[in-house]
Amino acid sequence: MKSIKLFAYGAVVAVLYGLLFAYEKEVVEICKRGGWWFLFPVAVAFAFSVFHGTFTGLFWDALGIQARKSR
Amino acid sequence: MDASALNFIDLSAGNVAFLLFVGFVGGMVSGFIGSGGAFVLTPAMMSMGVPGIVAVASNICHKFPKALVGALKRHKFGHVDLKVGLVLGVSAEFGMIYGAGVQQRIKASLGDAGSNLYVSFAFVVVLAIVGTWVMIDAWSLHRRGDTGDDEEVTRLARWVQQVKWLGPRFYSTGAKAHIPWLVTLPIGFATGMLAATIAVGGFVGVPSMHYVLGLPSMMASATELVIAFVMGLGGTIMYGWSGYVDLRLAMIILAGSLFGIQLGAIGTTYVRPYMVKVVMGTIMMLVLFSRGFIIPVYLSQLGWIAPISESTTTVLKAVSFWIMVAALVGGAAIVLGALISGMRRHALEGLAA
Repeated sequence: MKSIKLFAYGAVVAVLYGLLFAYEKEVVEICKRGGWWFLFPVAVAFAFSVFHGTFTGLFWDALGIQARKSR
Repeated sequence: MDASALNFIDLSAGNVAFLLFVGFVGGMVSGFIGSGGAFVLTPAMMSMGVPGIVAVASNICHKFPKALVGALKRHKFGHVDLKVGLVLGVSAEFGMIYGAGVQQRIKASLGDAGSNLYVSFAFVVVLAIVGTWVMIDAWSLHRRGDTGDDEEVTRLARWVQQVKWLGPRFYSTGAKAHIPWLVTLPIGFATGMLAATIAVGGFVGVPSMHYVLGLPSMMASATELVIAFVMGLGGTIMYGWSGYVDLRLAMIILAGSLFGIQLGAIGTTYVRPYMVKVVMGTIMMLVLFSRGFIIPVYLSQLGWIAPISESTTTVLKAVSFWIMVAALVGGAAIVLGALISGMRRHALEGLAA
């Protein structure tokens, strides 16, 4: 189950980065506009943190690198 | 400066790989000590040809999602005092705005060299005071053979928690005591001002939460991530409004740093609390020397001392940069070493049980 989750989040992250660089010019142009367009980098950064953050957690978990359960 | 006039650089595969690596190493240090990974990123981006203000803006934009992930992770381990983090975070926003204003005024009156001198001077003064304090504390714990599991609250923190005339207070779960609002404001303000000046507010925030407010060092380093999130979000809005954020750069660094920050956060569960002080103190001392080497260059550029030859300037700049890199890589190596040996010990304990 965990490995399915890992691959699912990995796929979403790959799509997010794929889109970011496929539309690189547009992304840069929107960022440069400023004003209320600041919402764009903030929203994108939030989306990346949710999906990529979960993915990296699952990644280390899959490698067996987990927090110590008790002291 | 109009953002549309700025060049957002073309990214090569080498640039991307370099940013991923620096992001990873910086993230690992941040996950462990709460901050400290960001100071190499701005100069690293500038060395690739990114304009200074875009480098600062993109660095801040990667900082808040990274801090959010790190804070959530360490919240799971019970390390975060959310109330203290949010209170300090809000006052840090004001410090950041004030700090950015001071930077702009210095730049307007003394130019780039004056601005660089101010930043380096702030590094040296803050790190000399706080870094020495942290190192002495870590060293005395080591000499006493004290692992810091049961950290003593400093006399100053005890006084802050007990004194009645400092006005209204709130309860801190980390300190397990009531803390006066009045004391939190200057700490948050100084953290924000330092973040706007040297990109690492945690060099003041973490030691202040531990030595002045009485939070255990492990909780202070985790709570700093909440402050970094609040400051990073505010900073991203500020720079994003002016159109300076290069989202591509920010997300590449984030890709590396999210791997690193999770590893750093996991590392804290395997080490004794005094290790946070050791890593923080070591990084602080190395960065102190790094900035110390560069100060004569800026003094010479301002004409405040005798001119320094170009070759000497090149050497001093290289020495300064590589000591800074050593600070980050050295810090990450200690974290990684502590994580590996901690996991091994834990596995052996499991086998023996």
